[in-house]
Amino acid sequence: MPNQKHVHIKDVTRRFQVNGNTITALDSVSLDIAEGEFVTIVGASGCGKSTLLRLGAGLDTGHNGNIEHAGKVVKGPSLDRGIVFQEPRLFPWLTVERNVALGLQNSGFTKDEKRQLVTDQIELVGLAGFEKAYPHQLSGGMAQRAGIARGLVNRPDVLFLDEPFGALDAITKARLQGELQDIWAREQITMILVTHDVDEAVYLGDRVVVMSPRPGRIKEIVPVNLPHPRERTSNQLAHIRNHVLEVLESTTATSKARPVQAKPGPQKRRTTAAVSAVPIALNAKANRQTLYSSTEI
Amino acid sequence: MSVQSALKTRRAVKIRRGLTIPILLLIIWEVSSRTGLVDPRFLPSLENVFLTAKRELIDNNLIGELSISLSRNIAGFFIGSIVGIVFATVLALSRTADALITPSFNGLKQISLLAWIPLISIWFGFGEQAKIVFVAIAAFIPVVLNTYEGMRSAPRDLIEVGHALRFTPLQRITRIFLPSALPSIATGVHLGLIYSWLATVGAEYFLAIGRGVGSLIIAGREHFDMALVMVGVFILGLVGFALNRIAGAAEAYLLRWRRVVE
Repeated sequence: MPNQKHVHIKDVTRRFQVNGNTITALDSVSLDIAEGEFVTIVGASGCGKSTLLRLGAGLDTGHNGNIEHAGKVVKGPSLDRGIVFQEPRLFPWLTVERNVALGLQNSGFTKDEKRQLVTDQIELVGLAGFEKAYPHQLSGGMAQRAGIARGLVNRPDVLFLDEPFGALDAITKARLQGELQDIWAREQITMILVTHDVDEAVYLGDRVVVMSPRPGRIKEIVPVNLPHPRERTSNQLAHIRNHVLEVLESTTATSKARPVQAKPGPQKRRTTAAVSAVPIALNAKANRQTLYSSTEI
Repeated sequence: MSVQSALKTRRAVKIRRGLTIPILLLIIWEVSSRTGLVDPRFLPSLENVFLTAKRELIDNNLIGELSISLSRNIAGFFIGSIVGIVFATVLALSRTADALITPSFNGLKQISLLAWIPLISIWFGFGEQAKIVFVAIAAFIPVVLNTYEGMRSAPRDLIEVGHALRFTPLQRITRIFLPSALPSIATGVHLGLIYSWLATVGAEYFLAIGRGVGSLIIAGREHFDMALVMVGVFILGLVGFALNRIAGAAEAYLLRWRRVVE
């Protein structure tokens, strides 16, 4: 039985001071992530999804509330928590190989072990043959592969990914999503991925956390009970995606939508209306999965 | 025509154009001194300059003078550059040091380099030590300014990566700040190399005890041997040119990781 609270986020609030005004980026957010789980977080810009990720990774510590990883309070970055940024953030003066090796700089491995890990990791992300290339010689997709390799090379417990495919073209993006899913399945690493791409969120996530902006809150957590690897074109996936889209839309709608959200009744009716577009059998299955249970905090 | 040969032709044309004016000047020089347009005592003929160069090279110790100047230059340049890089690193990375020292440094750098000479001569005398100190100061200033700027503009994104990978303070310096400042440091060191060569000559002029190419020129002036002065000036120019090229090549090698924009 995996630890259900491998990453434990409890009542976390993060405020920023911007030009003398206090902005609440996250408003008492709670989220538990199980060991080996793939959780994706979607939301409109300004919903605090990246803030949440940075807090979880320990890059930001100015919050109120409690964040724990494997039972220990997160007080700063740790080599047990890998991170992949939207931009590959490679060191332009180092080759791919040496960039990946940066992830092992302060690990306890011996020199030979490090070399082996770097070679394996580069192989795993499909960059074999480009070990000696400098970042400016790589395409965007290849550079991001190197970024992922650097995040994974130390065999972290949890990998945080902050819109890792946001800057890539559609084809490269789809391929890298598939590869990330393979890596996740093979390495059994807990992954938390922030994205603004709903397709990506439902394709990859065991659960999709939908956040609403101003202040950043979790609107709903949508489980995706489909086995990995998934068929991108499957009807079930499309159905779940439509639901997530709808929740997302309700978070960005103007004030007139807000009272509607407060009452569960109308919300249910609206979602059912959207669902009617997909086959009846699917509809029934989706209901069984209690997709619409409100997990708003 | 292939790209390679096209580039070659373009380079050849560039060199040919660059050489036009120097060759023209040499011709005017030669013609005017031969035809007696100018007094050969003030502007000796090319032949005379060439013969003087040969005499200095073979009978006198021109190579020795040159190597004395060069070793002075190199000693001062290395001391100034290394101290400069360390000094600028401390200023750029320590808030306290920055607040305490940078304003004074910015004030002091406004003082003309030549204004230091009286002070240096009193503190260090007129010998080798004083000359090297002067050359070192000349290299120090551009190295500090450029290194400081480079360190200050280290990308925040990469600093954050270093934070996430739990870099130690030393790793932050050697892995992020120094390499990202390297293009600026190279510019500073390049300038430092040029300034230090100018300062080497200046030191030999103003702290005129000892040997070196600068002293050779001073001697030429005192004996009214304009050909010797010309030889000295030519050598200074050639060495400056060579140093510039060497610095450029070293820079290109060290910064080969940068994107080549064609």
